[in-house]
Amino acid sequence: MTTTGDLHVFLDALLARHGNNPASLLQMLCETQERQGWIAPPALTYLAQRLGIPRARIEGVAGFYSFLHLRPNGEYRVLFSDNITDRMLGSQALMEKMCQQLWLQPGKVSEDGLVSINTTSCTGMCDQGPAMLVNGRAITRLTHQRVQEIGHLIRNDTPLAGWPADFFLVEDNIRRSGPLLDNTSAPGDILRAAMALGGKGIVEAVKHSGLRGRGGAGFPTGQKWEACRNAPGAARHVVCNADEGEPGTFKDRVLLNCQADLVFEGMTLCALAVGAQHGYLYLRGEYRYLLEPLRAILQRRRDNNMLGKNILGQAGFDFDIAIHTGAGAYICGEESALIESLEGKRGVPRSRPPFPVTHGYMQQPTAVDNVETFCSAALAIQMGAENFRAIGTAKSSGSKLISVSGDCPRPGIYEYPFGVSVREVLDDCGAVNTRAVQVSGPSGICIAENEFGRKLGFEDLPTAGAFMVFDDSRDLFEVARNFVHFFAHESCGFCTPCRVGTSMLKQTMDKIAAGHGTRHDLNEIENLDKVLQTSSHCGLGRSACNPVLHTLKHFRPAYENRLKSLDFEPAFDLDGALARARQMTGRDDAGAHLKPEET
Amino acid sequence: MSDTFQLDGASVPFEPGQTVMQAALAGGHYIPHLCYHPEFKPHGSCKVCTVKINGRTAASCTMPAEAGLNVESNIEEMNGLRRTLVQMLFAEGNHFCPSCEKSGNCTLQALGYDLEVHTAGFRHLYPDRPLDASHPDILLDFNRCILCELCVRASSEVDGKNVFALSGRGITKHLIVNSETGLLKDTDIALTDKAMHVCPVGVILPKRVGFSVPIGARRYDQRPISAQALDDAPRQADAPHSPDTGGSCPACEGTP
Repeated sequence: MTTTGDLHVFLDALLARHGNNPASLLQMLCETQERQGWIAPPALTYLAQRLGIPRARIEGVAGFYSFLHLRPNGEYRVLFSDNITDRMLGSQALMEKMCQQLWLQPGKVSEDGLVSINTTSCTGMCDQGPAMLVNGRAITRLTHQRVQEIGHLIRNDTPLAGWPADFFLVEDNIRRSGPLLDNTSAPGDILRAAMALGGKGIVEAVKHSGLRGRGGAGFPTGQKWEACRNAPGAARHVVCNADEGEPGTFKDRVLLNCQADLVFEGMTLCALAVGAQHGYLYLRGEYRYLLEPLRAILQRRRDNNMLGKNILGQAGFDFDIAIHTGAGAYICGEESALIESLEGKRGVPRSRPPFPVTHGYMQQPTAVDNVETFCSAALAIQMGAENFRAIGTAKSSGSKLISVSGDCPRPGIYEYPFGVSVREVLDDCGAVNTRAVQVSGPSGICIAENEFGRKLGFEDLPTAGAFMVFDDSRDLFEVARNFVHFFAHESCGFCTPCRVGTSMLKQTMDKIAAGHGTRHDLNEIENLDKVLQTSSHCGLGRSACNPVLHTLKHFRPAYENRLKSLDFEPAFDLDGALARARQMTGRDDAGAHLKPEET
Repeated sequence: MSDTFQLDGASVPFEPGQTVMQAALAGGHYIPHLCYHPEFKPHGSCKVCTVKINGRTAASCTMPAEAGLNVESNIEEMNGLRRTLVQMLFAEGNHFCPSCEKSGNCTLQALGYDLEVHTAGFRHLYPDRPLDASHPDILLDFNRCILCELCVRASSEVDGKNVFALSGRGITKHLIVNSETGLLKDTDIALTDKAMHVCPVGVILPKRVGFSVPIGARRYDQRPISAQALDDAPRQADAPHSPDTGGSCPACEGTP
């Protein structure tokens, strides 16, 4: 236990390190959590006093992010990644086993305050799952044996630093490389080429390359940079979106690990193009283990004058990059929510217009791009717009990293020119008896065998990179249900349709799973979809029904087999209503249940 | 001469910086709304004011007015959507109108009647939301909270106190107060605060004034909300709020 004095000393140092800047609030909260394991009420009060922000607002920020705890949550906080690919690799049984071993229930803290076990959204380790986070650190390739060892380490209160290093090993698993992953340019080379072009020249080159955003939406990058460059503003910013939260996606993890210089090179030439002096890389909390290596690379670049003042000798070319970490909020991958989060607020998407290119970070012009986009932009400058354009298809130039996971013997990262067919990817990863592929994650599209000839690219199947394979042993209803739970968990809660609608959708799917579904429920799903589509504040709500609609389209029997033959079945479970009374009285005998004919 | 847009076939003039909602209300046209309040900066969370603009749906309270827009509001498609959204809000909280002090004065209830919400529509979630009766003069009944943030905005923008804020995420999002104990008695709220008078439902209530006006003789018992909302809307706001200009409220969500 720390004393009030200790806490204040810690927080004073923390505040000083962040220059007492309220925009760094989330970073301060993350660091407080790392030190204490949770954020105690006095810490919030003290931060509020020192920063001059209302306490309730700080509590609201802390309450928004899954990885921040406002109550003690165990000295060891174990989170099992709960993506469908983790489940397919047996994560649920592993979690059950661990709960048994440590004598606790999921979501509850052990009585001695030692440990809590729960699930979390996809941690981006689908190619080496099942995966978990322990106190924010990623552990991969879980087996019964590994989980048992972890249980022992926790019970013996062994600090994480003393755990076997191979637990924390994250492989790149690059299975097929192309111009991006094969890049061997020396740090600074591309930047020098860009400097020769000048800001306007970079914009023109990127425009001419046909590069489109790799985060999924595919907005032309050059056009974005040009708009940002031309927008009036006292300062401009470059933001790299490394909040790779779409379940099934892990390509940015690999790029940040093996091509970090290329990412920073892309950000720096973007800064030259738009006239920015400040850059931010928003790193998802799940990739916390990459923070120190990335900071070391930034420092090396500073030492080599590739960041800082008068970069590479060009007078007035000043630019530096700071890394902010997220704390478990998928929605922060949406660019305006990401900016809110960067400003130290709750990650709620903004009303648009205005767009970030004119009113972004601190209401100033901001270019927000995906990790892979910055790499591709750097590549386009290096190889020349024409050569870049020659790769891929007419409307989708360049190459694309695909994160392959699920039912295949060779999961990992595959780099293809745009235009590759789903079938080719399946063949390359060795998938057999494939029933369906989820392209671009839960918010993307589920396609069945008759569509495997379709091509990845903006003309046909746009993708941010996720490619989850399901063979004929899989139940696509359960896949959709997993995704629906994901959306309900990740809704920011700002707007009514998404906040309530995703929960209603989850309830309906659970009702069908429990064998109480009817045709009426399928109609209700379609109605919910209409409401979410037409009135949601952002893309999360608009795509929340997609997994259900797509699987209904292709695999309707997976749903219908579960339905009762009735037209209507009340959701209210009379016997279930007694569950709480049974729990309170500790009874589970026949007399504590309704007789079957009464239910 | 100001520009105009079309709203359900009527020509609506607008000033630069006005949103579709502001211009509509100023021109005497009602668009159903819940989290919008003419005195505060719009943020567009409830989505009840969703309209069709040139064929695409958008929240009218945050959508900047533009010349020549074709806005459809009073059409079955939009009213049906609003009905569902109001049903969702009822299902999300714990609303027992017959015993509620705010019954008859409640915007949510009035909208329910006006939009002809005759059924529950959804399974109710019955969340567990304890009351806060700690304050000697004020009761907070969170069961009825619809997360419109009007109290958050009023306390921040008008009272300068920031008594209220939101915490949590998704369906667990909830109203909190500004004190380390989490109790209202430890905040600096006062009965005279603006935040005391903006709750559209029955969350923030002064103690000891139960049912002073009998149910049946209350505001929306007289006339439906659609006939009254325009009374509240200042035709010419002192300073028109817009996403770009005034009323910046860093406290509430969806700040541009």
